[in-house]
Amino acid sequence: MVHTILRAARLIGFMLVVALGLALQPQTAAAQQGAQVNPTAQSLKEADLLKALKSGETINGRITIPDRKAANLMQPEGQAWSAFKTGTLPRIGAIAILGMLVLLCVFYAIRGRIMIDSGRSGQVIERFNALDRFVHWLTAFSFMLLALSGLNITFGRSLVLPLVGAEAFTSLSLFGKLVHNYVGFAFMLGVALTLVVWVKDNLPSSLDVQWLARFGGLWHKGDHPPARRFNAGQKGIFWSVVVGGVLMSISGLHLLFPNSVDGGVAEIQTQSMIHGILAMVMVAIILAHIYIGSVGMEGAKEAMTTGEVDLNWAKEHHSLWVEEELKAKGGKVLHPAGQVAPAE
Amino acid sequence: MARMKFLCDSDRCIECNACVTACKNEHEVPWGINRRRVVTLNDGLPGERSVSMACMHCTDAPCASVCPVNCFYTTADGVVLHSKDLCIGCGYCFYACPFGAPQYPKVGNFGSRGKMDKCTYCAGGPEDDRTAAEYSKYGRNRLAEGKLPLCAEMCSTKALLAGDGDIIAQIYKERVAKRGYGSGAWGWKVAYKDTIAL
Repeated sequence: MVHTILRAARLIGFMLVVALGLALQPQTAAAQQGAQVNPTAQSLKEADLLKALKSGETINGRITIPDRKAANLMQPEGQAWSAFKTGTLPRIGAIAILGMLVLLCVFYAIRGRIMIDSGRSGQVIERFNALDRFVHWLTAFSFMLLALSGLNITFGRSLVLPLVGAEAFTSLSLFGKLVHNYVGFAFMLGVALTLVVWVKDNLPSSLDVQWLARFGGLWHKGDHPPARRFNAGQKGIFWSVVVGGVLMSISGLHLLFPNSVDGGVAEIQTQSMIHGILAMVMVAIILAHIYIGSVGMEGAKEAMTTGEVDLNWAKEHHSLWVEEELKAKGGKVLHPAGQVAPAE
Repeated sequence: MARMKFLCDSDRCIECNACVTACKNEHEVPWGINRRRVVTLNDGLPGERSVSMACMHCTDAPCASVCPVNCFYTTADGVVLHSKDLCIGCGYCFYACPFGAPQYPKVGNFGSRGKMDKCTYCAGGPEDDRTAAEYSKYGRNRLAEGKLPLCAEMCSTKALLAGDGDIIAQIYKERVAKRGYGSGAWGWKVAYKDTIAL
């Protein structure tokens, strides 16, 4: 009796399983068939990947050749960088550099050369010693070489290439590239020494506010706001060179050692943009510095050539510094003009 | 004149790297330089796809526009070529290229990369066609011999197509219509500002 019931139950169970199986089978078969006709339901679509790309990102995969960097399939950012290099940067450069030249010409036309109001005294005072001048000219000459070779990279193709021809321009640019890559280190040393040698005289003070409010007395003949060793304008040049120079050095080192940059191409693109914009701004600033140190002002040039400036020039432009110098060293810092100071 | 383009049908690419090998052999490309490479996306995951990529010979090529010495030129067939005599190895074309196509013989710092090398679409360089000078700098000039790029010719599944842009686009369109799927013409939107309507 028990056996019969058990057997019946087993039979019913078996039939249920078969029935269930039959009921399920067409579904799984249909599912399998569906997978066969649409094997790419999850496949990658280029359009979706491009849409998902954020700025600076790349489409990356796996690669079997040794150069792992080649696994970067696409970086559409390259086109944005290219547009910057060929459009934005030359425009910034032209505005900054030509704009500064126009400003300087206008200033010269209106104000003319700034003369020593009380005339030359015939006595000179030492303003910059040999170390000062070495640091200045190291930075200055390396900057000029870097600026010329750098500007050639941005403007040479449109300005110099048509004049000299393709082969000569390639030789020039190749030389310029080498100069830029190696003289960069001289400039870095110059910037570091600039900071060390002059930082103590370039800290901001309340005198700077007064100097800036009167625009350094540059507008009016005979207006000479008091200043210590460096006035607010010179401090501006100092900090531009130091801050700009450090940023230029950091971005420049990224470009010099592209294989050691962690962020890959995107990082190099960013650094090159920083390098380019800063370079244009610094060239413009230095143009103003060169102007006021040469044609723009009588008696200024000697500070960085012989290192000795006329006493009256010093009194007009650096009144407090002259007082301090004379007090500290007595009359020792004074020499008649045109006479070489005896060796000590 | 035809406008030459490449098209990689990634639904057909089996990552055999025959295109890479064919290219290296045909042009005797030095060690370390790969004018063509195969990148596998989503490797080992559902929907994995491989794409064979080289210079796409872009319309308004970014490499040509950033080159500080203007060493690039575009042929009547729309192929982007360059002069190794004019190249200064600055690396700008590599930074501008959306496809990582420009290659350099050296990986040194201080800008010591050497002259740039890239896919020529088997069309040589500025030297006279099929000369030893052209071969040593740029590889074989198959286009001058009336042949198409070897990478596409060698492709075992005909995933990589080379030829007139309109014709290869038509072939791809027909394939997609017949099989019912296609992951897109890789790089076309970026290189040619153009996609193939599927």
